[in-house]
Amino acid sequence: MTVPTLSAEETPARGGPGHGVRASSPRTSLTRILVYVFLTVAAFLWLVPILYALYTALRPISDTNQHGYFSIAHQLSLTNFKTAWVGGDLPHFFANTLLITLPAMCFALLFASLVAFVVSRYSFRFNVSLLVLFTAGNLLPQQALIAPLFHIYTSISLPFTLSSSGRLYDSYWGVIAIDATFQLGFCAFVLSNFMKTIPKELHEAAMVDGASVWTQYWRVIMPLCRPALAALATLEFAWIYNDFFWALFLMSSGDKRPITSALQNLQGGMFTNNNLIAAASLLVAVPTLAVFFALQKQFISGLTLGATKS
Amino acid sequence: MPDGAHPTLETGRFSRRSMLKATAGLAGLAAVPGLAACGSGGGSGGSASGTVTFGSNQSDPTPKKAYAAFVKDFEKSNKNLDVKVNTVDHETFQNQINNYLQGTPDDVFTWFAGFRMNFFASKGLAGQIDDVWQDVGSNFSSALKQSSTADDGHQYFIPFDYYPWAIFYRKSLWQKNGYQVPKTLDDLVSLSKQMQKDGLEPLGFADKQGWPAMGTFDILNMRLNGYDFHKSLMAGKETWTDAKVKKVFDTWRGLLPYHQSNSLGRDWEESAQGIQQKKVGMMMIGMFIGQQMTDQLDDLDFFPYPEVDPQWGQDSLDAPTDGFMMSQRPRNEDGAKKFLTYLAGAHAEGVYLKADPSVIGANSQVDTSSYNSLQKKAVQLISSAKHTAQYMDRDTRPDFAQTVMIGALQDFIKNPKDVDGLTSQIEAQKKQIFKS
Amino acid sequence: MTSSSPAVGTKAGSLPRRPRGRRRISYFTKRDKLVLTVMIGIPLLFDLVLIWFPVLLTTIFSFTSWDGLGTMFKLPFNGTENFQAIATTNPDFWPAVQHNLIWIGVFLVVATPFGIFLAVLLDRNIRGTRVYQSIFFMPVVLSLALIGFMWQLIYAPDNGLLNSVLGRTDPNNTINWLGNPSINLWAVLVAASWRQAGYVMVLYLAGLKGVDPGLREAAALDGAGAWATFRHVVFPTLKPINIVILVVTLIESLRAFDIAYIVNGGRNGLQLLSTLITNNIGSEASRIGYGSALAMILLVVTLVPICTYLYQTFSKDVR
Repeated sequence: MTVPTLSAEETPARGGPGHGVRASSPRTSLTRILVYVFLTVAAFLWLVPILYALYTALRPISDTNQHGYFSIAHQLSLTNFKTAWVGGDLPHFFANTLLITLPAMCFALLFASLVAFVVSRYSFRFNVSLLVLFTAGNLLPQQALIAPLFHIYTSISLPFTLSSSGRLYDSYWGVIAIDATFQLGFCAFVLSNFMKTIPKELHEAAMVDGASVWTQYWRVIMPLCRPALAALATLEFAWIYNDFFWALFLMSSGDKRPITSALQNLQGGMFTNNNLIAAASLLVAVPTLAVFFALQKQFISGLTLGATKS
Repeated sequence: MPDGAHPTLETGRFSRRSMLKATAGLAGLAAVPGLAACGSGGGSGGSASGTVTFGSNQSDPTPKKAYAAFVKDFEKSNKNLDVKVNTVDHETFQNQINNYLQGTPDDVFTWFAGFRMNFFASKGLAGQIDDVWQDVGSNFSSALKQSSTADDGHQYFIPFDYYPWAIFYRKSLWQKNGYQVPKTLDDLVSLSKQMQKDGLEPLGFADKQGWPAMGTFDILNMRLNGYDFHKSLMAGKETWTDAKVKKVFDTWRGLLPYHQSNSLGRDWEESAQGIQQKKVGMMMIGMFIGQQMTDQLDDLDFFPYPEVDPQWGQDSLDAPTDGFMMSQRPRNEDGAKKFLTYLAGAHAEGVYLKADPSVIGANSQVDTSSYNSLQKKAVQLISSAKHTAQYMDRDTRPDFAQTVMIGALQDFIKNPKDVDGLTSQIEAQKKQIFKS
Repeated sequence: MTSSSPAVGTKAGSLPRRPRGRRRISYFTKRDKLVLTVMIGIPLLFDLVLIWFPVLLTTIFSFTSWDGLGTMFKLPFNGTENFQAIATTNPDFWPAVQHNLIWIGVFLVVATPFGIFLAVLLDRNIRGTRVYQSIFFMPVVLSLALIGFMWQLIYAPDNGLLNSVLGRTDPNNTINWLGNPSINLWAVLVAASWRQAGYVMVLYLAGLKGVDPGLREAAALDGAGAWATFRHVVFPTLKPINIVILVVTLIESLRAFDIAYIVNGGRNGLQLLSTLITNNIGSEASRIGYGSALAMILLVVTLVPICTYLYQTFSKDVR
């Protein structure tokens, strides 16, 4: 198997050759048409939930009350988005999300790269066990950890400048900590795989120059890891943004929650108004969708880095 | 039961080193709602000043606005004090109350009277407010004082408002169709049949959230078996496999055809909408349904659940009391007590009731002249009742209500025929829970 | 460690050479050792304290009847009583197990194969493959909680898309997709599969791209059709990916929580092991001991795919 497929999308599908040989036979043309039709229909069905949400969100409640939801819109406007944005206090929750997601991402990547560096550049006997420990930690069900975590969190005091509750519980740092730690394993694994592909010569050159371990890490290896870090960063952003569980149970203040956990709050206030639900869902979906569309390559390469292994 | 005073994990300034020390010292860890006052901005003793934090579960728009109203009023008359309201979704607040009280509770928080209050007080999770009661005790009836007192004889709760559970309907709809208030269960059944003929859903019913169905169980149990049996069943002193309990379920089964179908996928607010839109004839619910129909409040009316067994008549009903408690170690104890004293006053209730007339004030001196007809009727109903219960999830242990009864009632709605299986399963779980 | 042959004869546990001026074997400087320790130490500390220590605690709690209050050091132990009670008197436990099994089944039989199918289709050099891939992958970037929230629009009984299309919007005639316990699990699984298929598709596509084209050419020359090529040539070479996907599917099925919780709190047909745990622990009930016993069961079951994954991934590294 090949090296971790960073450029999976850059290389055109190499399943071509066998196919190209028979391009001209009618059986294959029919197959091709069928394939296209199937894919197009499937893709359309796939988009229905999002398209329907968009459609419903753009229709004012008066329009849907009058004509029903499954009808041609007589009016389109952005009022639902405005109402959801203001009424659902979305800017506040988005701010919370940033406050939690960005530091958590940075810590996860930082810690993971430290571990990956040590484990991939040096042959210590505990290397594999370490990676196993970290990776397994990533795969555990969150519910198995919550009761002890709660007690640990409520016992650790923080000064009020760091946490308005005075404890790790119900504080941003608490959620950042568990988010970062929970993602550590996957990132460490992917980064260590990636670092192993960095030629040893580069590393040895630095050693010859008498570079300390830290310099090797920070000045030699890390810059070379930029593609992998970029890929992981996009993935981690999406995963931490999408986390529902930790903030729900480790934060008791409704207004400190990040947007995904805050969906639980929005449920109560908006249940009768489908248009608002649609608008709110789309607004919440925008950040991850935006990151996805802008950085699709990185996103997918991050996933595949983790899956394929040399 | 040990109270919450345990040696604290005093780590003071947070730094990585102290974090390491703290985690290295995890062997000495104790779960503790400890020394939160260290370094806090709350004022020291003497005149109350600073911020009072106030945790509220009133997330629906009407009560939320009403709370904001009395907060503002309080701050106006207490310029040194600032109240910071922390509103959490109603269900979430209750679900997380254990975490909340042990973790970082606000100084004052909304809660309920009865067993549910006693449960947390006895575990040392609430602050004693006997001194506040010294000042305000005369405002409340002795029954209310009793439901604010825990088993240890101390007061932990300030009653604020309460509301009856009854069958609500829209007057204009009933007038149009010529319906009469049913006096007995048979009357209720024939009324429901008539409503069905008229194209309405007779009894609004929604149990997606799990707790609304408890109202029907409670009232049927009190109507069929009397208040005393109900109380002791809630306290875990009766067996659920008793024929009396089975009779409740059997009677309920007979009524289910007249309840709204698909109740397990519906929130009570949706059923209330059905009443508002005149698609549903009537609904067994608390008076807070008024919060969903603020514009049609004049058209709303209710009657107590009809009589089932003449031995009991209509002598009891659920009338849960909501109010406030103080956390075990509030950051601003003086401010908290000042706030509670204010809340125990008739004036505060007046401010609230102006914005939310769907409940009645617990204070015996509250100004009832501004009560609407619904509230007056409620006062009348409750004062004429021989017994009032607090509602199942407040009359019994929370873990029993949450982990057993919610599921059991939902199972009943899904499968009303297997009452024997249901009751033995409830009894088995109850035995397990009540012994710990 | 494994990818390139060592320039100098390193053995497991030996130190890299660091010639400085004159050639001599040097060990790490003291400072280096400290740096290395900190580099490993801090992440390890977080991992141990926030993940593995809680796992240990959960194990301990599961043998108690603790209610979460008071000190952790005087735990009321009650042996295996919790487990017995779970197996015999909890009316939600076996339904939850069943639902988790159904979840695994649907993922394994529907979502994952469909994802593989899409990957195979899109692996060809057809026009617009990137567009198709983006479309199928889009739900993966959304959280399951958001998906549950959004699909209410489709599943609402009186004005949802599905009922409107089926003409069942009349209150007497609706299909209550999310409220009817016989069908809501399936409804939720459709939404979850919507996401899972895209995820599998991307992983599989990556794997397919790594298949040596020579293998396919050889199969084509032997006259094998597309399906036969896939079944006998491509699929077997993708064994590592297959295992990863199988494991990922299992783990995601066992961890399913968000969507069930946001639809109805994990009751009435959507009971899952994960929601049972939070209903006991993260609720007013605060049955920490009992809930931890449930968590242990989930943990032990999840360890099976986890260990498989770890074995598959790391066994080559263990010398």
